[in-house]
Amino acid sequence: MIDRDQVLHVAKLARLQLSDEEVDRMAGELSKILEHVETMNELDLEEVEPTSHVVDLTNVLRDDVPRPSLPREVALEQAPDATESGFRVPTPGAS
Amino acid sequence: MSDELLSLTAAEQARRIESGEVSAAEAFDYWRGRAASDDLGAYLWVADEAPGDAGSFPPIAVKDLFCVKGVPSMAGSRILEGYRPPYTATSVENLQNAGIQVLGKTNQDEFAMGSSNENSGFGPVQNPWDRTRVPGGSSGGSAAAVAAGTAPWAIGTDTGGSIRQPASLCGIVGMKPTYGAVSRYGMIAFASSLDQCGPLTRDVTDAAILLSHLQGRDPCDSTSLGIEGGVALPTAERLDGLRFGIWGMEEPGLEPGVAEQVRATLAKIEELGGSVEPIELPNAGHGIAAYYVIAPAEASANLARYDGVRYGPRAAANGDLTALYEETRHDGFGEEVRRRIMIGTYALSSGYYEAYYGTAQKVRTRIAQDFAAAFEKVDFVVSPTSATVAFKLGERTQDPLAMYLSDYYTVPMPLAGIPAISIPCGLSEGLPVGFQIAGPAFSEARILDAAHALEKEIAFDGVPVR
Repeated sequence: MIDRDQVLHVAKLARLQLSDEEVDRMAGELSKILEHVETMNELDLEEVEPTSHVVDLTNVLRDDVPRPSLPREVALEQAPDATESGFRVPTPGAS
Repeated sequence: MSDELLSLTAAEQARRIESGEVSAAEAFDYWRGRAASDDLGAYLWVADEAPGDAGSFPPIAVKDLFCVKGVPSMAGSRILEGYRPPYTATSVENLQNAGIQVLGKTNQDEFAMGSSNENSGFGPVQNPWDRTRVPGGSSGGSAAAVAAGTAPWAIGTDTGGSIRQPASLCGIVGMKPTYGAVSRYGMIAFASSLDQCGPLTRDVTDAAILLSHLQGRDPCDSTSLGIEGGVALPTAERLDGLRFGIWGMEEPGLEPGVAEQVRATLAKIEELGGSVEPIELPNAGHGIAAYYVIAPAEASANLARYDGVRYGPRAAANGDLTALYEETRHDGFGEEVRRRIMIGTYALSSGYYEAYYGTAQKVRTRIAQDFAAAFEKVDFVVSPTSATVAFKLGERTQDPLAMYLSDYYTVPMPLAGIPAISIPCGLSEGLPVGFQIAGPAFSEARILDAAHALEKEIAFDGVPVR
């Protein structure tokens, strides 16, 4: 079971604001979903290696050749608030 | 331009373009008009005019989450409203280079999270077979457009079934390639270890044509490999000597009408010289549980970038930077996306990682082993694509878990990284039923051949009112 405090803790980790009502609903929904997820524990997985990648690939490397990247003005074009040289944001604050 | 093109597959249209009966620009204009007339909610953007070179094929509808330079690409999310990327996804660029131009961007579940298209930030899509029903998801707009004849063909992405399930519910062909067959560069990411781009088409030949152009190794995606030897057009008309393992017919949620069409298809396999035997995938039943840890976990990391700083709208927060992040993300993400971010963040949080993510990755290994064992005995694993025909709009929105279980038959394949196709195999209650064929990694050519032979025998000719 996930309680209100856990929902609030996870929401903080995820940088997600939730209203009071949303916190309550989320607690119920997450509990139900996790209950289903936990049916995984019926399996005996003692000797099983976790999947790290589905296709047999190791260390795909390429030559380190410089190529042009996005011009700064193009990278800044879609920003809701930008200066000539960067993204503008409020003070990071204390939290 | 007459409605003559409407009844043709994309391959047939390409032949008319090649022979000069129709110019590519005329074909583009015809389809642009069709797309503009869409009233199912399938499109989020339609091209104003044909590009300078209209190409050598009819144009294609592209799921919203593919970045296309200068064209709205929002992954169905309000948090990317108005976003026009400065570059084009490799998969789309590959199509353009082959002479297949972008017709429009199609509606989808937000960030590809959903099985009904009801989670789009821009409204639901109606199923052209019955407008009170969902088209499936998350590539619901692409599937509905192809079925309704407002696009000649389309591409989508499949993470847990998002190409195959909507293809099934809309009565068209949909294929999820092997993980790594197609570059993911420029595809707005949901779950990076699962996401694959693939075709949604009228028939199997069109799917093969698209896949042949989509696939390839891309230096911008280090997990991409391409398909060795490329993808040839399917020609098979028989299934002699091929062994098909049928899976999942005993599931309690399987609708009798769906089961009946699937059984009829198994009989057709035998008529074509193939053999059918039951096959066990003992761990596949735990696929949904593992998937709903792995996909949300990866999504919670991928979606961390949407914070109102570099693109998309920003909330008018009267506080510090954290408040800006938290409010922007609250306002911009829809309910399902928030739910998955929460599940994923919880599963990855300190003290829970091993119990959830670690366990899920072990289940994933087990499922891959199940398939490997099955492919020792049979050439293909077949099943229904979806346990049900298209369900009613609103029917599953109040119960997230019921919605998640919609992907029961499609989730195990991406977990194992293997390819699978859904082809229409008949109707139940007047609605399309999909038949799924899965094969080992990089067996696309063989799957397409088998699907081609079967498609001819099934001769599904159902189309919704267009």
